[in-house]
Amino acid sequence: MASKKTATDVDIQHIIGWILRVGVISSMLVVFIGGCLYLYRHGHEQVHYTDFVGVPGFIHSASGIINGIFTWRGRAIIQAGIILLIATPVIRIIFSAVGFVLEKDWLYTGITMLVLTIILLSALTGNAG
Amino acid sequence: MTVFVLTLIVLAGSYVAGLVGSLTGLGGGVVIIPLLTLLLNVNIHYAIGASLVSVIATSSGSAAAYVKEGITNIRLGMFLEIATTIGAMAGAMLALHIQTSVIAVAFGVILIFSAFMSLRKKKEQINTHKSEWAEKFKLNSQYPTAQGKVEYGVVNVGGGFAMMAFAGVISGLLGIGSGALKVIAMDGIMRIPFKVSTTTSNFMIGVTAAASAVVYLQRGYIDPGLSMPVVLGVLLGALTGSKILVHSQSSQWVRWVFAVIVTFLASQMIYNGINHKI
Repeated sequence: MASKKTATDVDIQHIIGWILRVGVISSMLVVFIGGCLYLYRHGHEQVHYTDFVGVPGFIHSASGIINGIFTWRGRAIIQAGIILLIATPVIRIIFSAVGFVLEKDWLYTGITMLVLTIILLSALTGNAG
Repeated sequence: MTVFVLTLIVLAGSYVAGLVGSLTGLGGGVVIIPLLTLLLNVNIHYAIGASLVSVIATSSGSAAAYVKEGITNIRLGMFLEIATTIGAMAGAMLALHIQTSVIAVAFGVILIFSAFMSLRKKKEQINTHKSEWAEKFKLNSQYPTAQGKVEYGVVNVGGGFAMMAFAGVISGLLGIGSGALKVIAMDGIMRIPFKVSTTTSNFMIGVTAAASAVVYLQRGYIDPGLSMPVVLGVLLGALTGSKILVHSQSSQWVRWVFAVIVTFLASQMIYNGINHKI
C-alpha cells in the first residue's frame, strides 16, 4: 500500500517537472519572436517609462492580443508569451489536483482547488477594482 | 534613449542579475528593480511588473529540476500556497493604493534583509518531532541525501503559515519572489531541512507570483517592451549560474560581493523613497 502510493507521487513529480519545463521554454520562444518583431518595428523610437500610463490599449484585452497576434504585432505576441508564462504555474496546480484525485487524497485535492480558487478570485478582482 | 538601446542595456543587466541571483540564492528581482528605477529612470510600477514575470520564469525553470529529484515537498508547498496566494493577492491590491515612495523604502529594507540572509551559514538540521497539525495535513516527509532517504518532521504549522502569508504580501507588493522570507518560515519556524526549504520555496514562488501577476496584468503594469528583455535576460543568466554552481564548490565570496552591492542599491532606494524621488 505504502509503496504503491509513493509510485504515484513520483509520477506526479515527473509530470509537474515536465509541465514547468515545457511552459517556460515555449513561452520564452514566443516572447523572443515577439521581441524581434517589436524591435524591428519600434527599435528607433524613444522610450517613455518614466511616467506610469499603463500598457497600450491594443494589448490590454484578450481580444486585442489575439487580434494583434494575427496581424503580427510584436508587443501582442510578447504579451501572449508572458500570459503563457503566468499560466504555467497555474496549469501546474491543475495537474497536481488531478494527481491528488488519482491518489484519492481528497484533503489535498481540496487544498489544491482552494489555491486555484484564490488565484481565479485574484484575477477577477484585478479586473473589477 | 531609443527602445533598441534600452532593450540591450536591460538584457545585459538582467543577465547579470539572473546569473548572480542564482549563485547566491537571491532572486533576480532584487537587482532588476533598482537597475530599472535608479539607473534607467523607469517608473516603479513597470519595474515591479517586469520583475514579477522574470520571477515566474526562473522559479518555474529551476523548480522543474528539483521536483524531479524528489527533494521538493509538494504537499507542504501546496498547503502553504494557500497562505502565499492570499497574501500575494492582498499585496498586489495594496500596491495599487499606496505611494510609490513607500514601496521604494519597503523594497530597500527587504533587500538589505535578504542580502544578509544569503550570507548565513547553511546547516542541515533534521527534526524528527512530528506535531499534530503536521500529521493531520501530511506534511512530514522524507528526502534523498548522499546517505540515503532521510525522514523529517514538521512543527509549528500555524506560525509557518502566518509567516508565509506575510511573504506573500511582500511578494505581491514588491514584485519579488521573497524567497528569503519563505525559507525563514520553513527552515526557521517549521524546522524543515534546509535543502527541502529552499527547493519547496522555489516551487511555491511561481504560484505566489502568478497570483499577483494576474492583478498587475489587468492593471497594465506588465509592459511587453520592458518585460521582454528582463525575462529573457534573467532566465539565461540563471541557466548560466546553475551550470557554474554544479562545477564550483564555494560561492561565499560571490555572496559577500553581492550583499555589499545589494546593500548599496537598497540604501539608494530608501534615500530616494524618503526624498520622494521615486
